[in-house]
Amino acid sequence: MRFVDEFRDPQAADALVKAIRRTVTRPWTLMEVCGGQTHSIVRFGIDQLLPGSLTLVHGPGCPVCVTPIEQIDRAIALARRSDVVLCSYGDMLRVPGSGTDMLAERAAGADVRIVYSPMDALAIAQKTPDKQVVFFAVGFETTAPPNAMAVFQARAMGVPNFSVLVSHVLVPPAIGAVLDDPDCLVNGFLAAGHVCTIMGCGEYEPIARERGVPIVVTGFEPVDILAGILRCVGMLESGEIGVANQYARMVRHEGNPSAQRLCAQVFETVDRKWRGLGSIPQSGWDLRDEYADYDAARRFGLLAMTADEPAECLSGLVLQGRLKPSDCPMFGTVCTPERPLGATMVSSEGACAAYFRYRRRTGVSE
Amino acid sequence: MSERNAGWSVCPIPISRYPRVVMAHGGGGRIMARLISDMFRAAFDNAELNQGHDGAVLDVGAHAVTGGRIAMTTDSYVVHPLRFPGSTIGAMAINGTANDLAMCCAEPRWLTTGFILEEGLAMETLWEMVCSMADAARIAGVHIVTGDTKVVEHGRGDGMYINTAGVGLVRPGADSRPQRVTPGDAVILSGDVGRHGMAVMTVREGLEFEAEITSDCAPVWPTVRAMIDAGIDIHCLRDATRGGLASAVVEIAETSGTSIHLTESAIEVQPQVAAACELLGFDPIYVANEGRFVAFVPAAQADAAVSAMADTLPGARPAVIGRVEACDPGMVALRSVIGGERIVDMLSGEQLPRIC
Repeated sequence: MRFVDEFRDPQAADALVKAIRRTVTRPWTLMEVCGGQTHSIVRFGIDQLLPGSLTLVHGPGCPVCVTPIEQIDRAIALARRSDVVLCSYGDMLRVPGSGTDMLAERAAGADVRIVYSPMDALAIAQKTPDKQVVFFAVGFETTAPPNAMAVFQARAMGVPNFSVLVSHVLVPPAIGAVLDDPDCLVNGFLAAGHVCTIMGCGEYEPIARERGVPIVVTGFEPVDILAGILRCVGMLESGEIGVANQYARMVRHEGNPSAQRLCAQVFETVDRKWRGLGSIPQSGWDLRDEYADYDAARRFGLLAMTADEPAECLSGLVLQGRLKPSDCPMFGTVCTPERPLGATMVSSEGACAAYFRYRRRTGVSE
Repeated sequence: MSERNAGWSVCPIPISRYPRVVMAHGGGGRIMARLISDMFRAAFDNAELNQGHDGAVLDVGAHAVTGGRIAMTTDSYVVHPLRFPGSTIGAMAINGTANDLAMCCAEPRWLTTGFILEEGLAMETLWEMVCSMADAARIAGVHIVTGDTKVVEHGRGDGMYINTAGVGLVRPGADSRPQRVTPGDAVILSGDVGRHGMAVMTVREGLEFEAEITSDCAPVWPTVRAMIDAGIDIHCLRDATRGGLASAVVEIAETSGTSIHLTESAIEVQPQVAAACELLGFDPIYVANEGRFVAFVPAAQADAAVSAMADTLPGARPAVIGRVEACDPGMVALRSVIGGERIVDMLSGEQLPRIC
């Protein structure tokens, strides 16, 4: 398959591994920000090929994992209403709320539907005028433009029974929060390539400059990730600070300006609570007042709903790269995909899920 | 298709009176009797069925090859939609059950079928599915010898469900239970994986790709028979249906108490299947197949087995994808295309499309 096979090529990967080994002279810790990269690293065993002095830690970039628990509870409350069709991306459905998850609600009779795009949800709303259709709009900057487009279209076409439950989060403030931690050991970052296809590279430059770290925009296939690692350790070894784009086949420096304009038109930057991480200032997007009619939380009076995360779940430490999933005392015992304590155990981008699925037993070195 | 249409044009089903299934088609009266005689018996036509008895009397002794052992299995088919690229629920109901018998080294001979029909199902659709069962049964060399029909109220079914049970004649001396898997065995996969699950998924979800993905639904007995005839000492066979290749191999590792080491680069996935899986965040080794299986054979016979299999599978490339070892009983490990290693386990539930 073009654009995949050549980035899973064993010879290309091997050449990069050898180059990394030649480059590294000191211990370094890199954080891959995106959960998709975490899964690639663990699935392909990329970390097993790296020199021992190079440590990869997994970052907060799993949108399903950081969606606050009360937002899941709100979605469940909506799903339980007989007048609501709740539409969501598939991997939100297993995420535990305070008491239950959306798969269980669907089994109990709720109309919960998996869609591939918010535009599908908008189409359902047009076809089902006697029901309220709510799209659970979570994600980083990557998924924001289609969500903005759905709301924009709903208003333009006058679809009164469509709304979105918004929980958008932003990557740069999350990197800032990781670096703010006094115990932070991260020397350099692999930035999330898909986010940068939308937002470009510019907003990472102040972070790199002010915090003195290299940030390398990186893709998701093994060869992409190894090339990102090589670039990042090269910058660390030579003391270079700044932003490098190692995913240029997808990412332009300026990103996608029309998507950015659409997002700016529909969303405003707000303080946002992150599951496991707490509230981070100016770290999310919410609907602007002129689109408030399409905000499900306001339409259905859910803003007052709050919930506390289970204290025994340490996913906050996992999301900051401070705890390896397999070192968590709950991992694989109290917390499993069947009975998860937190979202990191069930999301397809969650670090705990990756370790559970690919590394749980003995015999495969970690 | 032309064959089916030809059958359709001559079949005397009472379609003009009942364009849709009504409750009375399962009611035990004249209307049901007409459905059975004019549709099912007409399509499935064989000596055992034509006995017109409450059950079928099967002459196992006439087949001296058995050595006295029969294999039995049952499966229910609830796939939606009823037709999808490459196959239908009807063909699946025949091949799925026949293939489970083949996995026991048994030649599939006789099947039963139970229909659960939803009131309102278009008679034309039922006829299409019945014809596709008849076609598949003919190709697989099995007779549908007895059956049952029930109708549930509109809204209480999904068009139609089919249950089939099957009886096969086990080849003398054959023993393909998982307990026979031994360290040193080669693991052979009969062809590419992931097509059936993605074919159904793309239709169900309205996804379109440049190249159509077609189900691999097909009978596997000819391939198994070729291995037996070639003198292969088959230690174990397992079809890679629900849960895909990964779940099949994990089941074998756990039941046999061995560890199985797979090589990712040896597992064939068609480009369009790989692309669809990439898009949805699915791993093709967990996607369902309806015509693929894994065989565990002594390493010394691996090449002969692959060659015997290949002769029966035009267009497919059976290949050795791994080996059985003694360490870490119950564990399946996979060497990734770039040389890292990971474990392979069953998923806790179904794969769900990812967010981005």
